[in-house]
This record gives sequence, C-alpha cells and structure tokens, in this order.
Amino acid sequence: MSGMRPAAVAGHIGGPAEHRPAAGSLSKRIVVGYGFWIFLLSDIVMFSAFFATYAVLVDETAGGPSGKDLFNLTNVAIETACLLASSFTCGLASIGASRGNPLLFHAAMAVTFVLGAAFVGLEAREFAGMVARGAGPTRSAFLSAFFTLVGCHGLHVSAGLLWLLTMMAQVFAKGFRADILRRILCFSLFWHALDIIWVALFTVVYLMGAGQ
Amino acid sequence: MSETDPRANTDTAPGDEQHDSLTTYLVGLGLAALLTVVSFFISGTTLVWGPSIPVALAVLAIAQMGVHLVFFLHITTGPDNVNNVLALAFGVLIVVLLIGGSLWIMAHLNHNMMPMDQLTRMQR
Repeated sequence: MSGMRPAAVAGHIGGPAEHRPAAGSLSKRIVVGYGFWIFLLSDIVMFSAFFATYAVLVDETAGGPSGKDLFNLTNVAIETACLLASSFTCGLASIGASRGNPLLFHAAMAVTFVLGAAFVGLEAREFAGMVARGAGPTRSAFLSAFFTLVGCHGLHVSAGLLWLLTMMAQVFAKGFRADILRRILCFSLFWHALDIIWVALFTVVYLMGAGQ
Repeated sequence: MSETDPRANTDTAPGDEQHDSLTTYLVGLGLAALLTVVSFFISGTTLVWGPSIPVALAVLAIAQMGVHLVFFLHITTGPDNVNNVLALAFGVLIVVLLIGGSLWIMAHLNHNMMPMDQLTRMQR
C-alpha cells in the first residue's frame, strides 16, 4: 500500500474536505458514483426503446386524435420550467451537502420537492384530461406509445420524489456521513438525468408532435 | 511531487465538481433556459422554412442535453473523467443503434408491405 503511490490521493487539490476525508472513502465514492452512472445509462437505453416505439407508432392514430389535437404547449412549458428549476435547486442541495450546510441542503431539497411534485401534478392532470376526452392509452397505437413513454418518465420522477424525502430524512437523522453523502450524489445524478430525458421528451413528443 | 498534477492519477465520480460550483449551476441554468425558450419559440414560428423546424429542434435538444451533462452532471474532458465519458459514449452508441435501427427497419417494412386494404381483400 505505501510502496508505489504514496501521496497521489492525499495530495488531491480543490475538492471540499467532506468529499475526500481519506483514501478509502475517496475510492468508494468514485466506485459508487461510477456504478450509478452505469445504471443511469442503462435506464437511458431503456427509454430509448420507448422513444423508438413512439417514433414508429406516432402516425398510427387509428382515426383518433393526433398530437396536434391533444397537446397543450403552455402546460408543457410550465412542466419544463418546473423540472429545469428543480434541477438547479437539486444542484444547490448538493452544494449544501458538500459544504456541510444543513439549512441550505434542506431548503433546496424542499424547493426541489415542490417543483417536482408540481411537475407530476401537471402531468397527471394532462393525462386525466386526455382520458376524459376519450383519448386514453387504449384509443390508438400512438396513444399507447405516448402514455408508455411519458408515463414512464412520470413514474421515474415520482420515485425520485420519494427518494428525495428519504434523503432529507436521512440527513435529518444521521447528518452528513460519508455513506449519506454518497446517496445524495446518486440522487442528484438521478434527478439531473431525468431532466435530460425530459429535454428529449418535450422536443420529440410535444414540440415536434404539435408542430406537425 | 507536488508540482505534478495529482489528479491525473485519480478518477472523479460523475456529479462531483472541482471548481466554484454555484457559478457552474447558474451558467447551466441560464444556457438551458435559453435553449428551452428558443425551442418553444421555434416550434410555433412561421418565420423559417417549415421542414427545417424539426431539424432545428433536434439540434437545440442535443445542445441542451450537452449543457445538462457538462454543467449539472459535471462530465468533463479531463483525465479524471475518462471512464465516465467512455461509459457515456457506449450508452450513446446503443441509443443511436436502437432508435436509428428501429426507425430504419420499420420504414423499410412499411415500404415493402402490401397496402392494408389489398392484404385484407386477399384474406377473404
């Protein structure tokens, strides 16, 4: 251990001390973050299958409504603003965690939760409105693909909201321990990745669909 | 020993930032908001040639995903990020194969298939 590379890790510059208290936890944080990054990429591959399905089926409306008839871009713009702002406040929360500032962390996480819940609420209202108009997932292949793709993203955001509350509770009960900080890192990666998927989603589904 | 960059020997977890992170998030938020607003504006405009709009939207979306990767997920081109970038590149390869391949195959199937009314007439 002390033979070949003595100070390569201990001499690391720039990062906050909470991130890198010792060589052991440094490598663990990197391994955990990298593993979660691999998971996120596989999740994105799964979403790409739903995107491919949607793109193949987008014109198969079976005489029913198309995206042009159904999509309300004002609603989508508000949803997009919520999710983008929540990505930013999630970044503020990870700054709070890395600086060991519980007030900043909890406040930013609470704002993130409110924005994420607003997103899920708007999406649920949109889905309910479509089903009430007879444009539910059983109406056409296009709508089946639409509800699968957008609903899958909505489920991810809902799961992320539960995870967010869990992280707030864990920090409240246990403080900024190294293992808690690793979970916060994974959560923020998850939340930012959901925003990336939403960028593809509002472009391909809503903007291209409404402009056809 | 301290003159050489010690970071060259180590990795960084995705999402871990090195510099003043608040500025990074603010710049990312500004750029992403700008690209989103342009996307929504472009989608409804009649100022440009119609068929160019989906292409412009795709370019803007890819640019915004890049902004999110760099400023929110802190994926950089530094030597500490090689593993993260390689994993990302592999993911992008699979995504491109999956979406591009599906569209390509299904378009050809559509093209080569007998029209549906003829097919149903033959089955009678």
